[in-house]
Amino acid sequence: MATGRIFGPRTVQKSLFQRLLSLNWFILAIIVAIAATGTAMLYSVAGGQIEPWASRHAMRFGIAFLLMLGIAVTDIRYWMALAYPAWLLGFLMLLLVELAGTVGMGGQRWLDIGFMRIQPSELMKIAVIMALARYYHARTFAQARRLPALITPIILLALPAILVIKQPDLGTGLMILAGGAAIMFMAGISGWIFAGVGAAAVPAAFVVWPVLNEYQQNRILTFFNPESDPLGAGYQITQSKIALGSGGMSGKGFLEGTQSHLNFLPEMKTDFIFTVLVEEFGLIGAVTVLFLYGSVLIYGLLIGIGCRNQFGRLLASGLAMSLFFYILINVGMVMGLMPVVGVPLPLISYGGSAMLTWAIAYGLILSVATHRHVTLAPKGSGLA
Amino acid sequence: MAREGQRYQTFSRRAFMLAGLQGVAFTALGGRLYYLTIINGEQYRLRADKNRISTRLVVPERGEILDRNDVKLAVNQPDFTVYLIPEQAGDITKTLAKLSRILKLDKRKLARVVRQIKRQRKFLPVSVAGGLDWNTFSRVNVGMPELPGVLTNAGLSRYYPDGREFAHIVGYLARPNEEEIALTRMYRLPGFKVGRQGLERRFENELRGSPGARRVEVNAVGREIRELPPRRDASKGEDLRLSLDIRLQKFALEQLGEEAAGAVVIDLETGELTALASTPTYDPNEFTRGISQENYDGLLKDPRKPLLNKALSGQYPPGSTMKMVVALAALEQGVINSDTEFFCNGKHKLGDHTFHCWKKQGHGKQNLLGGLANSCDVYFYNIAEKLDIDFIAEMARKFGFGEIFNIGVDGERSGLVANRRWKRDYMNEAWHLGETLNVSIGQGAMLATPLQLAVMTARLATGREIYPSVVRNLPSIEAAAFNQLQVNPLHLREVRRGMEMVMEPRGTAYDPKRRKTAVKQAGKTGTAQVRRITKEEREAGLLDNDEKPWRTRDHALFVGYAPTDSPRFAVSVLVQHGGGGAATAAPIGRALLDKAIELDTANELGGSATATLPVEKTDSGPSRPNADGLRDS
Repeated sequence: MATGRIFGPRTVQKSLFQRLLSLNWFILAIIVAIAATGTAMLYSVAGGQIEPWASRHAMRFGIAFLLMLGIAVTDIRYWMALAYPAWLLGFLMLLLVELAGTVGMGGQRWLDIGFMRIQPSELMKIAVIMALARYYHARTFAQARRLPALITPIILLALPAILVIKQPDLGTGLMILAGGAAIMFMAGISGWIFAGVGAAAVPAAFVVWPVLNEYQQNRILTFFNPESDPLGAGYQITQSKIALGSGGMSGKGFLEGTQSHLNFLPEMKTDFIFTVLVEEFGLIGAVTVLFLYGSVLIYGLLIGIGCRNQFGRLLASGLAMSLFFYILINVGMVMGLMPVVGVPLPLISYGGSAMLTWAIAYGLILSVATHRHVTLAPKGSGLA
Repeated sequence: MAREGQRYQTFSRRAFMLAGLQGVAFTALGGRLYYLTIINGEQYRLRADKNRISTRLVVPERGEILDRNDVKLAVNQPDFTVYLIPEQAGDITKTLAKLSRILKLDKRKLARVVRQIKRQRKFLPVSVAGGLDWNTFSRVNVGMPELPGVLTNAGLSRYYPDGREFAHIVGYLARPNEEEIALTRMYRLPGFKVGRQGLERRFENELRGSPGARRVEVNAVGREIRELPPRRDASKGEDLRLSLDIRLQKFALEQLGEEAAGAVVIDLETGELTALASTPTYDPNEFTRGISQENYDGLLKDPRKPLLNKALSGQYPPGSTMKMVVALAALEQGVINSDTEFFCNGKHKLGDHTFHCWKKQGHGKQNLLGGLANSCDVYFYNIAEKLDIDFIAEMARKFGFGEIFNIGVDGERSGLVANRRWKRDYMNEAWHLGETLNVSIGQGAMLATPLQLAVMTARLATGREIYPSVVRNLPSIEAAAFNQLQVNPLHLREVRRGMEMVMEPRGTAYDPKRRKTAVKQAGKTGTAQVRRITKEEREAGLLDNDEKPWRTRDHALFVGYAPTDSPRFAVSVLVQHGGGGAATAAPIGRALLDKAIELDTANELGGSATATLPVEKTDSGPSRPNADGLRDS
């Protein structure tokens, strides 16, 4: 039996209740706190009203939280078995979006499946990490460091990344690449290869540049010189910086942000919600939120380090890095440290996709924690 | 599990490295935040304030214009206007189409708006519709989100309750031109208007007031969210107080009717004008609203010249109304005395030229009083032959001819007082005695405005050098300070007696129906020829004025004062092409004098002027605000 070979000798013996109890509820409380902050900011963005965003945000988080718990208590071997199929499904959905996706947000990103729109690129972020973790789980240290062993991971990584960048969604595409690179790094790929790729990135930029859309090019250009485009993307960054800076140490107070409430800020409920937060709660509020995120993500890395099986290690740490990139890019973007690439701040920004990504990703991290003592068979062939 | 061990070691080392990287990254983000919020926080706070706070001008209320009893002649009334700023409108045609549906604009008005949009710079607001009712105005306000670039303003607009009565004096407002806009920031405000004519123009700086400033919070598209204290209020412009009496002014206009005419009533104690009428008149409200081209053309083409203030700007031969001045010049020069008699047979020969008396069959033997009472031309031809023109001119100037009094109302003209020097300078010819004869009956090289004739009459009646005034804010000569005229009072009394006799039986302006108890008046009629009467015409028999075409009819004039024993008011009336002075002008003048005295008596009887007319009390300072602030600009 195929499953017999995947599942190792030791099986999970804890009951469902025991598994729920074993979760780190302190970390869960932090996650709830972050989402509550998001709800509060959406309440503020709506001009001090629950409708239309804060209420839906809270409701979505409730569902996402249950989903996260569900994933956390599900046996990790199921997730391992699903790694390759998930990647394949994600890839097919990306292709479908490419062919027949609904036009929206300046590119094709959505897939309407009747009751909801899903963003395959978000799911792909997780699927790529699952697949890579699964791949390296089956390789010994020496096997992983062989050059031919780079081919499969690069295909697993590059195919979806190219499709996503083509959508065009540069931000998510780069995040997929960064998440994959983090896993490969932790799997033990030679540091020289990373140094080489880094060195090659500069000439590669010249190759990629003509492929990018005009608006992508503009955003990168604007990033380097925001004043060059004072009414377009540069306007967004300039106004965002004014809002951030004017927040000062303790902010203008809840519901008192002038840049946000007078509409000087763009995309307040999604990409620039962190700006709203800093304007109203200042440096103190910003550092607090960043500290909460940091705690949750470092905890994710620590789960990986404390896990007995390579799949769990790579999965937990890879997802933690992926979520970290999310936050880094969003917060860096609103501060003018990164180009405006349209990446939301998970749990705080309004929107279902980012919430769903967070729930699945952190659910998997917690699942690794729950099953950290499980040993897994090295090979899972026949499921891919 | 050595292999597993190496794999795990590498993993955990590198995972810790990444955790460290996360720590560094979060620290970097925190550092950047520290840089933005703490180090540069003040600068960004200022920029955030600059974003949201905008300083806007508060339009001052324009000063009002009041008559002598504080009846308002020019007021500000609420006005709901809709503007369009082309620059912000995006698709102008679409926005206009939406607007015109709400405002029910017809094609012609729409075309005018489109023309105006093309004409001026794109950031300047174009008025789409004004004088809206509250309902329409609110509907536009409700529709604002779908009307980009549309601006509504609940402002004040100028209104002249008795526009036609004071059009020539008060003037009107109009949109400032580009030059003026460049000079004064306030003029950029939508719908702002400046004085374009009359007192409104002359006293623009005083009436305008000074703008206030308020700070408002605006959102990203410039819409006002709320006002931020402190607010500096605008200060209202100075009110202008006129000496005119609206009741007398109205009465004068009624009397003048549809004629092309002017009338002036002057208070002999103060020199203040209580009526300054000119007909036909026009409605200044039309100008303030924006007059249509047809209506404007109509005003320009009317031969009776409605836009001209005939009382100040019309220059006419004074005719016989200046005979008193000629008589005085002769008396002062000793050419005649009060008993000097001349014989009038209707003609007076000078060389081979014959001068005619208005009465063809002649007046017979006349002395000075008879000459004045009958207005005998031959009597004055005889004087003129012995009197140098320069003496007549000098005396005329003493009585205000040829002078501009600067009463503050635009358009005062000097008229013409000719003498030898003038003729040499302008015509390069020597003076002819015949011309002196013409001047002696107020024809030829002699022109005067009705205002000058009123001043002449005032000076004759009082013997003082009365100066007229109309704007009470202006510093004026104190009534008591008018100088005595350098004329022998006995001579003045003689001339005045002549003027009294004009109004008595056998005088030219005798009114047989006038009650004996009525206030006694003195006066003088005048009939000024518009063109020379040829010998042929005279032989063919003179036409009555009624039979001549309007343009060639004589001007009818009358000057007078009353009461005769202690003069209070003087009046002058001119009816252009009105025919005979006695028939046309004298009745008007008599009625005006009676009315002026009646109103004055009513005022003195317990200040009932305010009781007879509903007068709104203003709270804007004393009745004579700081006159120095209004010194001639």
